[in-house]
Amino acid sequence: MSDQFMHTSAETDVHAMGEMHEHPTWKEYKWVALILTVITALEVWIYYTSLQNSPIFVPLLLFMSVVKFAIVVLFYMHLKYDHKLFKALFTGPLIIAMCTLIALLFLFGKFSGR
Amino acid sequence: MTTAVASHAHPPTSTGLDHRKIAIWAFIGSECMLFASLISTYLIYKGRSVVGPFPHTACNPPLCAVPLKPILNIPVTSFSTFVLLMSSLAMVLALAAVENRGKPGYEGILGSSKFWLLVTIILGTTFLGCQAYEFTSFVHEGLTIRTNLFGSSFFTLTGFHGAHVTAGVLWLITLLAIDMKRGLEPKDALLVDISALYWHFVDVVWIAIFTLVYLIK
Repeated sequence: MSDQFMHTSAETDVHAMGEMHEHPTWKEYKWVALILTVITALEVWIYYTSLQNSPIFVPLLLFMSVVKFAIVVLFYMHLKYDHKLFKALFTGPLIIAMCTLIALLFLFGKFSGR
Repeated sequence: MTTAVASHAHPPTSTGLDHRKIAIWAFIGSECMLFASLISTYLIYKGRSVVGPFPHTACNPPLCAVPLKPILNIPVTSFSTFVLLMSSLAMVLALAAVENRGKPGYEGILGSSKFWLLVTIILGTTFLGCQAYEFTSFVHEGLTIRTNLFGSSFFTLTGFHGAHVTAGVLWLITLLAIDMKRGLEPKDALLVDISALYWHFVDVVWIAIFTLVYLIK
């Protein structure tokens, strides 16, 4: 598969009814897969090192997880290239879900050491 | 040909967007809230189990009748995480193969949607196999959904995710069957795109579960 061919061309993009978007190339997909693999390997490596006793252990893992999450959503789910309504349909509930999660953790004392 | 295209065409919509794609994104949004509630439950109950086995720490008498090692198997789960990430790559390549069918560069096996759909199905099934192995070994080590708070919240969360992966694999099998029967054409790209969105969502949920459940102690 050559890198010169785009994921979607104008004549085949029937996804969004008139919304023409440029999707990642084969080469970009390979890079995305490589980055995801490297981050996963780093996560597992950190788990087995002395960093697990460090105060930055949890924030570091959460940061890497968020980066992986964002990469998959933006590139594999094409949200980076898609219509803003699709972005709203995903990010809206996601923000509500995250706020609910954090609120519940506060409510049940997970941040106060109870 | 004109008739065939017309039969697959979607009627005009007020947004100018295909309703099916709006529907899958709305569904994925609602699934975000479902999994957030399950993850919240797991995190709230985390560290509150009175009896073992425990996820990251050993359990010794008198808490446990016999000494028990930490129950989570990180190497196996890391492997299954890698497998699921690679299945997402295979899925985008299957979609690209459908969209670009017949174009130069998409003639060989690497440009075949059947091949990439089959790879995705195999990787998804491998993930499910790893989960079945993990669940079985947990039960053999004395952890069931009724043992303690960790068991209840862990099996509920990962079981729901496993059920979603199973649904995804069945969906992909139907797509492969259609592809084998009549071949998926560029006009069918939306069908593959919708299933791909679901599959990637299952992947991103696992990214969160892997970190929050398995890696963070």
